Amino acid sequence: MSPQVAGQIELLGQVLISGILLGGLYALIGLGMSLIMGVMKIINLAHGELMMVAMYITYGMFTLWKVDPYVSLLVVCPAMFLLGIAIQKFLITPVMNADSVLPQNQVLLTVGIGLVLSNLALLLFTANYRSVPVSYASKTIYWDVKAGGQTISLSFSYPFLVAFGIAVFLGAALFLFLGMTDTGRMIRATAQDKRAASLLGINTKRITYITFGLGAALVGAAGALLDPVYYLYPQIGGPFTSKAFVITVLGGLGNIPGAVLGGLVLGLAESLGSVYVSLGYKDAFGFIIFVLVLIFLPKGLLGKGRA
Amino acid sequence: MTKSLAAALLSVTALALLPLFVSNTYVLHMLVMVLLWVLLGQSWNLLGGYTGQVSYGHAAFFGVGAYTTAIMVKSGLSPAMAWWGLLLGGILAALVGSVLGWICFRLRGPYFSLSILALSEVLRLIAVNWKDLTNGAEGILYIPAFNSKAAYYWIILALAAVSFLTIRAVMRSKFGFYFLAIREDQDCAESLGINTTKYKLYSLLISAFFTGVAGSFYMNYMGFIDPGIVFSLPDISIMMILCTMLGGAATMEGPAVGAVLYILMSEAFRVFLKSGHLLFFGILIIVIIIFFPQGIVGTLRERWAGRRLRAASPGISKEVA
Repeated sequence: MSPQVAGQIELLGQVLISGILLGGLYALIGLGMSLIMGVMKIINLAHGELMMVAMYITYGMFTLWKVDPYVSLLVVCPAMFLLGIAIQKFLITPVMNADSVLPQNQVLLTVGIGLVLSNLALLLFTANYRSVPVSYASKTIYWDVKAGGQTISLSFSYPFLVAFGIAVFLGAALFLFLGMTDTGRMIRATAQDKRAASLLGINTKRITYITFGLGAALVGAAGALLDPVYYLYPQIGGPFTSKAFVITVLGGLGNIPGAVLGGLVLGLAESLGSVYVSLGYKDAFGFIIFVLVLIFLPKGLLGKGRA
Repeated sequence: MTKSLAAALLSVTALALLPLFVSNTYVLHMLVMVLLWVLLGQSWNLLGGYTGQVSYGHAAFFGVGAYTTAIMVKSGLSPAMAWWGLLLGGILAALVGSVLGWICFRLRGPYFSLSILALSEVLRLIAVNWKDLTNGAEGILYIPAFNSKAAYYWIILALAAVSFLTIRAVMRSKFGFYFLAIREDQDCAESLGINTTKYKLYSLLISAFFTGVAGSFYMNYMGFIDPGIVFSLPDISIMMILCTMLGGAATMEGPAVGAVLYILMSEAFRVFLKSGHLLFFGILIIVIIIFFPQGIVGTLRERWAGRRLRAASPGISKEVA
C-alpha cells in the first residue's frame, strides 16, 4: 500500500470516527425530541433552547464552583426534568385543548418559549461567546493501526469519547426504562394511542408531563456533554433545534431506535460532507438528507415510525 | 362595490395623503416598515391562514426577492428601484416557490412546515457560500434611488394595497373556496374533486410572489442586505407568522393589525431593552396563543358574533356561550 492510499484511509477513518462520536451526541438530542413527538404529537421547536439552558447551568457551575461538566450532569438532568414538567404543565397542556383556525398552535407556542429562553439568556449573560475551559479539552488518544506496511494513526478526542460513552449509557438507560418499568410502558402506550391508554386507566396528562421532562433532561444531558467541546452563546439553540428535528424525521417520528440511527447518520453526513464536499455547506447536508428522507422514506430510515 | 371594499379604498386614500402632513423621517420610516409588514403578513396569511399550510420558510421568498434586485442593480442590469425589478423579484420568488412547493407539498401538516423550513435554510446557506453571485456573508450594498422617505412610503402603500385587493379577489373567487376547503379537510376536498396539490401550489405562488416583491422593496429601501438579514428564520419567517397570528389568521384585517402592533412594540422594546428585546415577543406569542388563539381580530369577531346570536335568540344563550 502506498503512503498516499494510507493517507486517504487515515483521513476517511478519522472522518468516520469524528462523525460517529458527534452522532452519539446528536442521538441524545434526537432521543428527547423523538420521545416528545411520539407522545404529544407536537414538534418541540424550543428543543435547542432547552439545551442552551442546560449548557448555561453547566457553565455556571463550572465557573462558580469548579464543578466538572460530567459531574454537573447530576444536577443538570434533574433541573431540566423539572423545567420540562413546568413547561408542559403550565404552558403546553392548556393550549392542547384550545380551538383555533391553525392546527399548529402548540408548535408556535414552543417557538415562543424558545424566544423567551434565548432572550432571557441574552439579558443575563450578554451575547458573548463563552466556553468551559476544562483541562482535558484538547486531550486526544491515538490508536495506531498497522496495515500493508503502513501505519495508520487515528486520533480520538477525549471529551468527545467520554460524551459518546455517557450518551450510549443514557440511551441504554432510556431503553430499559421504556421497556421494563411501568411508567415506561405507560409512556409507550400513550404514544401508541392516547385515548385507549386513558381508557385503560393511565393518567395520560401525567404521562405527558413526565415525557416532556424526560425529553428536556436528555437534551440537557447533551448540552452538558457538549460544553467541554463547544462554545456557548444565547442563540446556540436554533441550529440544534433544526438538527433535532432532522434526526427525529430521519429515524421516524417517535421511533426511539430510529432516533439513535438518525443521530449517527446526521453526524456522519456532516463530517463526511464537510471534508469531502465543502465546509461551508456543512449544515446543508443534514437538511438535504432530511428533505430526501421526507419525500422517499416518509416513515423514516427504519420504516416503522408513525408518519 | 361593497362596503368593506369602499372602506379599504377610503383608508388607502387617507394613508396616501399622510406624507403631505407628516414630514418627520422617523415617523415615515416607521410607517414604511408597518406597510412592509402588512404586505408580508398578508402574503403569509393567504398560504398559512386561508389555505392552512403553515410555512416556516417564507424567508426563502423574501431573500430571493431581495437578492434578485440586489444582484441586478449591482451588475448594472437595472437601475435602483426600477418597477420591473420589483416585479422580477416577485416572479423569481414565485419560481423558487414552485420548486419548493413541488417538493414540500408531498407532505402534510407539520411535515410540510418543517420541510419548507429546511429548504429555506438551505437557500440561506447557498446565499452565504455562493460568493461570486451574492458576495457571501458580507452582503450587498448600494445607494438607494430616492432620498425622500415619502416616495418609498407611496410605493409600499401601493404594493400593500395591490396585494390586499388581489388576495381579497382571490378569496372571493373559486380559488378562495378551494383554499378554505383544503384547510378544513384535505381528504374531503380531494374526494370532492379538488386537485389539492395544484391549488395549494397556486396559493403558494401568489404568497411567494408578494413576499418576493416585499423582499425586493426591502433591498431598494434599505440599500443593504446580507443572508443573515433576509433569509433569517427568527426575524423574517417566524415574525411573519407572529404578525398574522397576532392580528388574526385567516382574516383580511388581521395582518394589518398585527403589523402595526409588531412594529410599535418592536420599536418600544428596542428602546427600553438594549439586548434581548425579543423576550417580550416570546411572552407575547405565549399569551396570544393561550388567551387569544384566533388573534385580536379573530377573537373580537367571535365575541361579536356570539353577542349577536345571543341578542337574536336569548333563549339559547347558554348553548351558544
